[in-house]
Amino acid sequence: MLRLKNINTYYGKVHALKNVSLHLDEGEIVTLIGANGAGKTTILNTISGVTPASAGEVLFCKDAVTTLPPDKIVQRGISQVPEGRQVFKPLSVEDNLELGAYLRYRNREGKAAIHKDMDQVFSLFPRLEERRKQLAGTMSGGEQQMLAIGRALMANPKMLLLDEPSMGLAPLVVQEIFRVLERLRQENGTTILLVEQNAKAALKLADRGYVLETGKVILEGPADELLENAEVKRAYLGKDKKEMWER
Amino acid sequence: MKRDLLLFTAFSLFIMVAPQIFAGGYLMNVLVFVGINTMLAIALNLLLGYAGQISLGHAGFFGLGAYLSGILTTTYSLNPWLAMPIAACVVGSLAYLIGLPVLKLKGHYLAMATLGLGIIIYIVFNETVDLTGGPSGLSGIPNLHVAGITFDSDVKNYYLIWGVTLAVMLFSLNLAGSRVGRALRAVHDSEVAAQVLGVDARGLKVQIFALSAIISSLAGSLYAHTMTFISPASFGFNFSIELLTMVVIGGLGSIYGSFLGAALLTLLPEILRGANDYDIIIYGALLMVMVMFMPGGLVRGVPALFRKVFSRKAEGGHA
Repeated sequence: MLRLKNINTYYGKVHALKNVSLHLDEGEIVTLIGANGAGKTTILNTISGVTPASAGEVLFCKDAVTTLPPDKIVQRGISQVPEGRQVFKPLSVEDNLELGAYLRYRNREGKAAIHKDMDQVFSLFPRLEERRKQLAGTMSGGEQQMLAIGRALMANPKMLLLDEPSMGLAPLVVQEIFRVLERLRQENGTTILLVEQNAKAALKLADRGYVLETGKVILEGPADELLENAEVKRAYLGKDKKEMWER
Repeated sequence: MKRDLLLFTAFSLFIMVAPQIFAGGYLMNVLVFVGINTMLAIALNLLLGYAGQISLGHAGFFGLGAYLSGILTTTYSLNPWLAMPIAACVVGSLAYLIGLPVLKLKGHYLAMATLGLGIIIYIVFNETVDLTGGPSGLSGIPNLHVAGITFDSDVKNYYLIWGVTLAVMLFSLNLAGSRVGRALRAVHDSEVAAQVLGVDARGLKVQIFALSAIISSLAGSLYAHTMTFISPASFGFNFSIELLTMVVIGGLGSIYGSFLGAALLTLLPEILRGANDYDIIIYGALLMVMVMFMPGGLVRGVPALFRKVFSRKAEGGHA
């Protein structure tokens, strides 16, 4: 469904992604793990067109989308949940969600279909319905993360790019959010690319994973194999992983 | 939605009967300026309050509208009604082309770039003496007239200017409440987040910049045709700052706030005239006090003040 071929991306002179290649099949959940500065967010931003690649190719549903601007990418069916949530704080929950359907309103899509999707978001995150008139900035971090995901879903995407949805959240909330991701795959068949610091939780949820280091893919494979991989354990799960796990 | 319509209707009625209440020769002239300044403040507010993009060069767009209208109707004897849309188109296209590179800048840098733009326009007004009359100005600009009525008195001008101002207000209120208005506020808050939702942030910023310039140009054309005389001094850097002050004092991101800010800043110097040489000091002090105690602008600060006063009375005078 999505294929990155030898992607190179720069921030000015900084070579952030070096010949990165990866792919996602339809309905898959794939996770990108790696330390800070490994290039996880850059990969998402390259796909969504926020920081386009300077060399290489991004194929989505067999079409080259490498140099398309962000709005055209959303149009094709890829929605991003940006790092740090980035909900529109002075706007209400409802307005935030409506913004997620910005292109659908522009394309004169019927209100009924859009409101149906809003109802689905509310069924995934009942807490958002309770707070639909509340200003997004006044909600807790977990609720804002739910809103950010709900907002991305309002574009009715085929594929969801999530950038560290567990950042700074309580473990219980993280669990709830991960359960919703699983449900999304089952109910809507949404393909998910998940960037996570919480490597253990991400690998448990995902089908496959890629491990990044300083802009390169150093390891890839099925998630359960990566979980058991000695190198991954040492570098990303902590030396005393077993102890932590069995606690 | 219904409440909004009611508020606007009430406001329009107030504007329409205001001359009957304050019917005074000189005051009418000031109220005409309140109308023009309201239009300009709304134009800048769409850009600054909604989209979050600063401009310190809006007096330039205002001036371009005025001069284009003035030159086309005097030197080229064009009908004013034709000159006005031509001026608006030219200014709008110019703003669009300038906006493409300039709006890539953010914050202080955008302020500097638009400041430079305003100053360049001001210099052009002064130096192209053959075209604009230079520092001594351009006179003999015809009044507007329609169906036998010539807009040559303050009362007539009042209704002309306020008719257009109310139309601009209604348009802006609608825009602000629409899908586009929501997108503008999203761009204001986080450009990246807006982009990944499919909002073409850059295109939208340039479009709103052009729209803002068009409204300013329209205000400029009306200014030229009501005053019949224009000179560069009205379109300098100072006026850009004054517009910015109107928007901030009135309330960022509020159309009615722009009216309050424009009304206050236009009327205040007239009211303070009695204070002789101290007027500037009082004026400055008032602005400082307002920014300190009403950071949300008059449109949010005044109702809050009222609530405070009334709740105190209800408690039996307890402080």
